[in-house]
Amino acid sequence: MKSKKRNRDAMWAVVFLAPAVIGLCVFTIYPLIESLIISFTSWDLFTDKVFVGFQNYIDFFRDATGLKVFRNTIFFTFVAVPIQVVISFFLAVALNQKIRGMRFFRGAYFLPSIASMVSISIVWQWLFNTDFGIINYVIKALGGTGLNWLTNAKYSIWTIIIVSCWKGTGYNMMIFLAGLQAIPSTNYEAAELDGCTGLSRLFRIVVPLIKPSTLYVCITCVINSMQVFDQVMIITGGGPARSSSVLVQYLYENAFDYYKMGYASAIGWIMAVFIFVLSAIQFKFMNSDDYSVE
Amino acid sequence: MKRKTKQKMIKTVSVVVLLFGAVIMLVPFLWMLSTSFKNIADVFKYPPSFFGSEFRWQNYVDVFQTINFLGMLKNTVLVTVAVCVGQLVTSAMAGFAFSYLQFPGRDLIFKIFLFAVMIPFHVMLIPTFVLMRNLKLLNSLWALILPCIVSPLGAFMMKQSYLGIPRSLGEAAAIDGCSPWKIMWVIYFPLSKPTLATLAIFSFMQTWNDFIRPLIFLNSNTKVTLTLGLYNMVGSYATNWGLLMAAVILSILPVLILYLCLQDFFVEGIAMTGLKG
Repeated sequence: MKSKKRNRDAMWAVVFLAPAVIGLCVFTIYPLIESLIISFTSWDLFTDKVFVGFQNYIDFFRDATGLKVFRNTIFFTFVAVPIQVVISFFLAVALNQKIRGMRFFRGAYFLPSIASMVSISIVWQWLFNTDFGIINYVIKALGGTGLNWLTNAKYSIWTIIIVSCWKGTGYNMMIFLAGLQAIPSTNYEAAELDGCTGLSRLFRIVVPLIKPSTLYVCITCVINSMQVFDQVMIITGGGPARSSSVLVQYLYENAFDYYKMGYASAIGWIMAVFIFVLSAIQFKFMNSDDYSVE
Repeated sequence: MKRKTKQKMIKTVSVVVLLFGAVIMLVPFLWMLSTSFKNIADVFKYPPSFFGSEFRWQNYVDVFQTINFLGMLKNTVLVTVAVCVGQLVTSAMAGFAFSYLQFPGRDLIFKIFLFAVMIPFHVMLIPTFVLMRNLKLLNSLWALILPCIVSPLGAFMMKQSYLGIPRSLGEAAAIDGCSPWKIMWVIYFPLSKPTLATLAIFSFMQTWNDFIRPLIFLNSNTKVTLTLGLYNMVGSYATNWGLLMAAVILSILPVLILYLCLQDFFVEGIAMTGLKG
């Protein structure tokens, strides 16, 4: 009886799963494998592929531009992620007090996440304009000297960092807020009975309890930061002198400007491995003990 | 008494901080709005001010007349709706199979879907490009639609949603002679509306705002989506910031309206991904 049901279910499973499985095979599994294969070849898209083994990978670690781009991306990730995580956490804590205007604040903070990174980058490119942008205007009004945000190699990457943090904070804040709201009030009451309040309560009780949210925010932020692209293409173009170039941009250039498909694919895989390692480290680091709210 | 005043202080500080942050979030949008009504001279006025010498509504008219805004909008809408509907349908069907049906290999296939969620998207760009080229679909909207029609994450979300529905509902219908197909579409699908809404929202936002795929798969001279079109404008129309800002605002409007109408679903959806993700 049971096997008859399983066989019947299996037939239906084929019907229900066919579209998703076919799509997955054609547009995820196949490209994943093919991308690995291409990375072991030298290929310009028009002539035949030439097998070169690990040469593309070796070349990347000898490529001065490639390494600079790698460094930029890592620098960006290790600056932008902590900023976003910390700021969005504290904003969520602030918003978690019973404050009027919750809807307004939610809307205001989430608005940057709704607009496309392209739209936002266009606006911010203008805001960062050395002569007419309001960023420099405000700096000068406060007594400082305006910076050449987009034309100085020292500052260009910071425009990307600022824009990315500005856009991502609201979304991450909402995730933290959900995590905070999931903490039952009994925890707070128990803490108060033991005389633990304020900052101490924040760090000893709240932070451990929202570990799942923190882990989620950190991992997704890291993954997204390593793959930053849109804002670089529009705000700085990667310049000046590659000071704000990033890995996905370099991959794009090698594939679609220089037609070095093999090399670009290798870059993609180096990135993928690096992202995986970073995620695994974060997972291990934050899952060492368990304080999750059930 | 001291505790109460301390709490009041914390609340006040919180409000001040939140307001300060909200201003920072909103100012670029206000600046976008104000610039969209300026003429070219006012855009380059120094010191900068929120108001120009005139309210140039003409910028918005120019958006429709000088650049192919309606064409860009049409392409973006077509791709977004197609991907959205496709993801909803394929995810719902797959989710049902994973949760209600029992068949050999179910868990293995599901694990493969989960694995697919973790793959960074950039790895698959080049082979997908080659595939589209071989299928002669480059520079067509299909190149943007087909690769995104299946969402492994969506399948996961629908499975979770269906697991929350009592199995007895389906089994009762089965006793009455309902096929699994009918059970799914008539019983389970309508009951999963919140998850469907969340999936639809994320799918919509991601596709509407996508840039790198149109950049790669479309020839930016002939076929263009909103993101790609705006990107093109930065190069050639760099001086006409008023026009550009008007175009940007118009491109954000649809998603903004969606958010305002479905605010609670947005919040619910984000909360869900954060807590269960």
